[in-house]
Amino acid sequence: MSILPTTRRTATPTSQRLGHRAGEVIDRSRTVSFTWNGRPLSGHPGDTIASALAAAGERVLSRSYKYHRPRGLLTADYLDPGAFFQVGDEPNVRGAHRLLEAGMAVSSQNTWPSLRFDLKAANGLAGRFLATGFYYKTFIKPEPLWPLYEKVLRTFVHAGAITPDPGAAYYDKRHAHPDVVVAGGGPAGMAAAVAAARAGASVMLVEEDHQLGGHLRWGDGAALARLRALRAQVAAQPGIEVLTDAVVTGRFDDNWIPIVARSLPGITERLVKARAAVLVVAPGLIERPYVFAGNDLPGVMLSTAARRLVNLYAVRPGSRAVVMSANPEGDAAVADLEAAGVEVAAVLDARRQQGVARAHGRGGLRAVETTDGRRIEADLLVTATGWTAPTSLLNQSGDRPVYDQAAARFVPDPDRMPANVLAAGGIVGDGTVDQLVEQADAVGREAARRATGGSAAGTVPGLRPAPHPELFAAGTGGFVDLCEDVSAKDITTAVAEGYDSVELAKRYTTVTMGPTQGKLETVNAVALVAHATGRSIAETGTTTWRPVYAPVTLGALAGRPREPVRYSPMQPWHERHGATPLVAGQWIRPEHYGDPAAEVTAVRTAVGIIDVTPIGKLDLRGPDVAELLNLLYVNKWSKLGVGRVRYGVMCADDGVVLDDGVTGRLGEDHYLMSTTSSGAATVWEWVENWLQTAHPEWQVHVTPVTTAYASINIAGPRSRDLLSRLTDPEDVDLSADAFGYMNVRTGTVAGVADCVLWRIGFTGELSYEIHVPASYGLHAWERLVAEGADLGVRPFGVEAQRILRLEKGHAIVAQDTDGLTQGFSAALDGLIKLDKDDFVGLPELRWQQGRDSHPRLVGLQPLDGTVVPPEASQILRTDGSIAGRVTSSRMSPTLGRAIGLAQIDPELAEVGTRVTVRLPDGRDVAAEVTGLVHVDPEGERQRV
Amino acid sequence: MMLLPCPWCGPRNATEFRFGGEAGRRPDPASASPEEWRRYLYFHTNPAGWSTETWYHGAGCRRFLTVERHTVTHEVRAARDTATGTTGEGIS
Repeated sequence: MSILPTTRRTATPTSQRLGHRAGEVIDRSRTVSFTWNGRPLSGHPGDTIASALAAAGERVLSRSYKYHRPRGLLTADYLDPGAFFQVGDEPNVRGAHRLLEAGMAVSSQNTWPSLRFDLKAANGLAGRFLATGFYYKTFIKPEPLWPLYEKVLRTFVHAGAITPDPGAAYYDKRHAHPDVVVAGGGPAGMAAAVAAARAGASVMLVEEDHQLGGHLRWGDGAALARLRALRAQVAAQPGIEVLTDAVVTGRFDDNWIPIVARSLPGITERLVKARAAVLVVAPGLIERPYVFAGNDLPGVMLSTAARRLVNLYAVRPGSRAVVMSANPEGDAAVADLEAAGVEVAAVLDARRQQGVARAHGRGGLRAVETTDGRRIEADLLVTATGWTAPTSLLNQSGDRPVYDQAAARFVPDPDRMPANVLAAGGIVGDGTVDQLVEQADAVGREAARRATGGSAAGTVPGLRPAPHPELFAAGTGGFVDLCEDVSAKDITTAVAEGYDSVELAKRYTTVTMGPTQGKLETVNAVALVAHATGRSIAETGTTTWRPVYAPVTLGALAGRPREPVRYSPMQPWHERHGATPLVAGQWIRPEHYGDPAAEVTAVRTAVGIIDVTPIGKLDLRGPDVAELLNLLYVNKWSKLGVGRVRYGVMCADDGVVLDDGVTGRLGEDHYLMSTTSSGAATVWEWVENWLQTAHPEWQVHVTPVTTAYASINIAGPRSRDLLSRLTDPEDVDLSADAFGYMNVRTGTVAGVADCVLWRIGFTGELSYEIHVPASYGLHAWERLVAEGADLGVRPFGVEAQRILRLEKGHAIVAQDTDGLTQGFSAALDGLIKLDKDDFVGLPELRWQQGRDSHPRLVGLQPLDGTVVPPEASQILRTDGSIAGRVTSSRMSPTLGRAIGLAQIDPELAEVGTRVTVRLPDGRDVAAEVTGLVHVDPEGERQRV
Repeated sequence: MMLLPCPWCGPRNATEFRFGGEAGRRPDPASASPEEWRRYLYFHTNPAGWSTETWYHGAGCRRFLTVERHTVTHEVRAARDTATGTTGEGIS
């Protein structure tokens, strides 16, 4: 596909590369080949994609966002709105910034249907959809047409293509703690960095471009000499880390400074998270475009763009030029163009009221119409009409820039800046290079002083903004925002429609909301709003410059995510034996080993073992542990004897159930607390919270030992037989008389000393939970499997355990309760001791019991035992209103029927009540409220 | 991201801490009225200014801290260990 503009369809682009320039950054000794819309082209190392295209004579580089107008280079730097390209599978590449690489496949974006397509037709078609505020007007009604609108718009606005394949892209992150971050590597930034480093500060010098130097790089011989001297100083000064092709993307609290760096070997992008004592903001100034009819034609560019092309890349930007200049930089552009062999047909001196009224051409500039009515044939129009201070980082530090009418730009207000942020160079004011460097040198020293707490404060010389004529728009139309295709007329229309504040006009028209983020457009937009409303620019104010300063890729933000995963020491065995993994928080545990129902039956009829290592375990020592337990649990703990364990439930002070588990007393002042697997971290923090903030006088030491032990529950009628094969009765006597239900012992298991054994019954069977020093966990597990072969031992997973506990009616916190479930709604009536002086949640539970209107936790069985209502199915009253929900539901292998637990309103909570359960598919099934315990309500099986 | 001056660990990123809300006094559970108790549970002054707060340094010393912080400027004028009162003067 050709990308030639319609008006030059038959012309062949010819090389615009100039002879050697003193400041050129290209390496002419080598050639880099690439393709442009499929066509082979070449440039040199050091070229940007756009400079190589310009050198090859390409002037139309893209079609605009809404109207698909042809666009060329405007700024020839990172911000250039005319040079967004697709490079391979990477969209929206900043073509006037990204360096050319061999083999790049570059294509233009927004070229629907092609760059040959008739412009007028596209515009006519677009007009229906793209009026001022079209986002709000076009799409409100009729709603059914939304999909059509979307389709049409997508055709108009495709901004490149992405691929779901991340390819070889590699993103990483780095933390840095420099004393001083200098944002901007122009003369001021370099001088500030050198001064700060000389004063002993560690400095990170961050420059958006590929080399240090800022505007000195495209300056005259004296500027280049100064550039070499400053670069030599930076290179020779220890303590400065230079990041080029890197951008400070924001300033957050306490100088938390994200920096995105590119051009690093082997790394696509790196996010540097810097915490700097002092931030020096030295971005220089951004040249501001001028708004007039035809200002978006290829061939219309800023003076800095023309000088970059000529002096950095040795590219002739046109053959016959008109220059509108209001400042010395514009005058210097005239000299540069003449030196490059460009015929300068006219210089319009804006300081003497000369100027551009309109630009004419189709697909490219043909003629310039001046304010005094002249028409000058030209293919290049260069404007130098003023500067914008990029104050984003200062705004984010609390500064509010003020409009300086004499200088025709917003300037920072140093009084509003915090002590850890300083500004240097052109953003503050104007001056000779010597003056800029002198001011920045003082700022650098002051930054180091503030960062390292050195000597007394020095004085920082001021920089005053130089007088400059106010030049924003010629009043002939044209585009304010070339990214978003917002015209001057759009702004006027928005104001006329009532959007008369700059913040409203911005949102209504989307001006400044494109990829350049207002850096080129904001001040012109403010000036147009001011003009349309009859207010001054100072009264109108500016929009807020928020983070991020430059767009950031998702890759840079994501970096290399590492989700920690926890395994028990028995994981290799589980994997070898076909366990289906279950993700439970950070833990990966066996859900089952192929047949959870058979695992349940094994536990009920023989013996099963389950890896319960993730159960939270806290080792509590000290004379006041019983006091602590009494405060945190709803039941009583003062009389728990040594060698005993007790089940406890914790509530928060709002009465809501927090966690549960058993705690055993191992010695006089020594307890082991267990928590739910998911609550381990929460309960540890909870315990510390009450100890540290409510009872610092209590002597209790808490040690989390969750992963210090591997935990195995051995459950089933043959569990005692099995465990006795691994223990010595002289050490741990497992007989029912010596080691009864709800007791704890310590001893040797499978030859491993210092194990904790407690006899408890989550499954409802005779069962022992053993906690083995973690490094012996796999050994103990394998011994249990080997020794239990003739007993029918079988490993079981979380699913079988869920069924077993449901058969026994044991609630699971956060499954059968939720964030609103207070204690008496969790079937804890027998456990909660309201006669205690205090425990966490006591008053709320007392009041809950008094109200007696709370939902109850009940057992539930569908009348048709083959129907297992999905968990969260609603329970309905006869009038169809919701009276509760199913919280747990399974097919019971032991009973051969569906069983469940439910939260249900009190009037339906009586055992025997018939209720209706609505399934997710809309069907209703009848069910009966039962007691909580479906299997062995008397608990005889676990007390043998 | 703001820094918090932990009296044990020095200045640390706020993400190392869990915010525990405005520090409040727990009423006597034996005598508190429902109004008093729920004021303690749910009502906070949420000032635009100085606030006394609890922060838990979960990714550090695991101590609960009482911090006086300005909610507008994030300036911290005092931070002490809630249990011991340690201010960590000199840690930086």
